[in-house]
Amino acid sequence: MKKQLLAIAHARSGDKGDTANVGLIAKHPKYYPLLVKHVTAARVARHFKGIVTGKVERFELPNLHALNFLLHGALDGGGTISLKTDAQGKVFSTALLRMEIEVSR
Amino acid sequence: MTRPLRIAAGQGFWGDWPEAPYRQVTGGPVDYLMMDYLAEVTMSIMQKQKSRDPQLGYAKDFIPLMQRILPILAERKIKVTANAGGVNPRACAAAVAEAARGLGLQGKLKIGIVTGDDLLDRLDGLLARGHPLTNLDTGRPLRDVRDRVLSANAYLGAWPIVDALRQGADIVITGRVTDTGLTLAPLIQAFDWRPDDWDRMAAGTVAGHIIECGAQASGGNRLLDWQRVPDLANVGYPIVEAHADGSFEIVKHPGTGGRIDVPGVTEQLVYEMGDPAAYITPDCVADFTTIHLRQVRKDRVRVSGVRGKPATDRLKVSIAYAYGYKAVGTLVYAWPDALAKAEAADRILRQRLKDLQLSFEAMHTEFVGVDATHGPLARKARDARDVPEVQLRVGVRARDEAPVDRFTREIAPLILNGPPSVTGFAGGRPKPEEIVAYWPALLDKQVVTPVVEVITV
Repeated sequence: MKKQLLAIAHARSGDKGDTANVGLIAKHPKYYPLLVKHVTAARVARHFKGIVTGKVERFELPNLHALNFLLHGALDGGGTISLKTDAQGKVFSTALLRMEIEVSR
Repeated sequence: MTRPLRIAAGQGFWGDWPEAPYRQVTGGPVDYLMMDYLAEVTMSIMQKQKSRDPQLGYAKDFIPLMQRILPILAERKIKVTANAGGVNPRACAAAVAEAARGLGLQGKLKIGIVTGDDLLDRLDGLLARGHPLTNLDTGRPLRDVRDRVLSANAYLGAWPIVDALRQGADIVITGRVTDTGLTLAPLIQAFDWRPDDWDRMAAGTVAGHIIECGAQASGGNRLLDWQRVPDLANVGYPIVEAHADGSFEIVKHPGTGGRIDVPGVTEQLVYEMGDPAAYITPDCVADFTTIHLRQVRKDRVRVSGVRGKPATDRLKVSIAYAYGYKAVGTLVYAWPDALAKAEAADRILRQRLKDLQLSFEAMHTEFVGVDATHGPLARKARDARDVPEVQLRVGVRARDEAPVDRFTREIAPLILNGPPSVTGFAGGRPKPEEIVAYWPALLDKQVVTPVVEVITV
């Protein structure tokens, strides 16, 4: 069955230059392995196709039941250069929560 | 056993809630008030102000704030660390000293001043001596934009602040010091931590990271269960209650709103994170994958287990330079067919700009209410045809001002010569805005010498 990340995770994002970061946090420790398995860097890159122009990196924080993604080239130049409403990537995190993953029962 | 040290966050950025610092020093016992004022582009704004008036170039609202709380600080023996000095910490300190004298605090207050971060006048020398200040993101050498540089500052760490505190400073005003250093320094001073005690340096750095954005760690801008965060109108800003062994708890004053729990602290920990195993500061390299969080009781989260690695031999440098110009124009279209009208207006505008042969580095259209924050992901998700209104938001960017200025004259005409049901233009013609861009670089630590002075008011 399909599950939207919003149901099993919360998130916060920020910026460093033209890179947005999204920290994706499992709502319960039992969901963390699902995030590790399904929310890969490649899957996130596909999700943000046409929005993120550079590569996507993923880091694991098992201690916090969280993944951290760096989305390079996500902010139209970043900070003051960007023409986007979300020039500092503050709500990129919520866009990731739209993703649906396939969860076996 | 040494009693815990309590460091209260009072400002998460320049422009944060003016009531927060006052509430932090009156709402319960604290030893330090820590205030972070400097974002990446703040220094260039301050440099501009200083070039117009040599007595400016710092966070001006720090002065009336200190005027308000100085008597409380003196009475309760609360010390302050703040990077409010911007590009002119001495002028900032002089203004605070004057305010203190006006309050009858002569001889009763010592102000520490940390400088040495400002590299603007040293840039040519540094470049000539083989420090290329290569852009960390693009790999380009600084000489490409040297003639357009507006400010250049090295990020100093906790140690110059420690120095000032050891000389008896009650208030330490700095220039570009790391946000985390403002919290780490009082811990080093109180517990006499050694510079190579990397785990404790990392613990203090993590403490600083958690509280440096103010209420973002205590219920503000928190996503999980946000509707159930109590009484944000009365939100309590976070306080670090730290122990000599490097463990600490995040708390807030009793009777305040907001919430301190593991999910909320976790959201703040991942904010602006890079490689979590290597959070690099001038003082250490902190490993965020070693952090252990535990809810001790309501509104009290214990943080322990933090491990650190040796500091690197370089400092981050933040350079601001003049990039070009941009402008953003907006119009609001009403139901029926609000989105279709806004899309038609965008097509007409683009045609006219093309006919004028204007050239832009970038042009960006958003339909606010439909796709501004989630782009095509939102468009896919929902039928946007029936939205009650849509704001058309178009931005352009160019190296020269002329095409941007011409663009700003093409928005208003659409009101009468474009699609119908348009409003929301009371603000008038958009103004071209100068873009000050950010150039991150690294520099050998040994060529930067922090300067510490302590003055008695």
